[in-house]
Amino acid sequence: MSREDEVTDGSERSPWVLAVVLLGGLVFGFGLALSEMAKPEVVLDFLQLEDLGLVFVMGGAAIVSGLSFFVATRYLDRAPVTGTRYSRRLKDLDRNVVGGGAVFGVGWGISGICPGAAYASLGIGNLPILWGVAGMVLGAYTQGYWRSRD
Amino acid sequence: MAGALVAVDLFPRGIAQYLAGGLLVGLGAAIIYFGTGIIAGASTFLESTLSYVSDVSRFNRGKYVRSRDWRVVFTVGIVAGAAVYTLVSGSGAWTTDVQWWRLLGGGVLVGVGTRVGKGCTSGHGVCGVGSLSNASLVNVVTFLGVAIGTAQLVQAVGVSP
Repeated sequence: MSREDEVTDGSERSPWVLAVVLLGGLVFGFGLALSEMAKPEVVLDFLQLEDLGLVFVMGGAAIVSGLSFFVATRYLDRAPVTGTRYSRRLKDLDRNVVGGGAVFGVGWGISGICPGAAYASLGIGNLPILWGVAGMVLGAYTQGYWRSRD
Repeated sequence: MAGALVAVDLFPRGIAQYLAGGLLVGLGAAIIYFGTGIIAGASTFLESTLSYVSDVSRFNRGKYVRSRDWRVVFTVGIVAGAAVYTLVSGSGAWTTDVQWWRLLGGGVLVGVGTRVGKGCTSGHGVCGVGSLSNASLVNVVTFLGVAIGTAQLVQAVGVSP
């Protein structure tokens, strides 16, 4: 059984899962707005090396998630809402990871937006971000259509 | 004294809001993880949501169809959480000056790249790095390096904002 198929019993759709995810999403989005990462200008300032503050956004978030993974996988067994066994996020390192990362990097460097920050940007009232969201959906559709042909 | 000057140079807006925001982003992911065991990322939503309206086989893989509901809820939560911040802080609605074609064109590449690369700033950058995953560390180093180069190039040819 592959790691990604851990949850297979439909429990991902239970109302309790959706409630916990909503709460987590609210905190996640609040944090993105507070961190100003929801503003493409701030991201572009970072990428132009004029304000390196975003290091603390990604670093702070990774430290909290890293501690969570460490505590849960070492001291806890299964998640209370789903019964899923705790695991870390491990994916196979292949050429797609590098190639996809490079394409994402070009897009991030041009626009200053990434998926989560773009959703949060809509929440701070930034309607023009819908251009970016439309582009991301179009890009996701294009690669999915292309990769499904054979 | 020299150290303070360097700090002002590197962090002209200070670091408090960046660190506090980042810790909350991590807390949001941790709430979902401790409660459900789910390791959330923001970019899979772009594909899994297409399964509601598209027959394309990639979007209708079991793991997307099973997770598409909570991924919609996660995204709605992110939008709403940011809206709550805007209301609570009294900062008012904010609109970008970055040109529409940069958002659209860059967005297309972000959509392709995050899905081919198996994750984005949250999946690889926050959860994958937090997992000390080799794939995620390689992905983050790649997209950070390429994005810095690209942004410098765009700035150098005089595109602003």
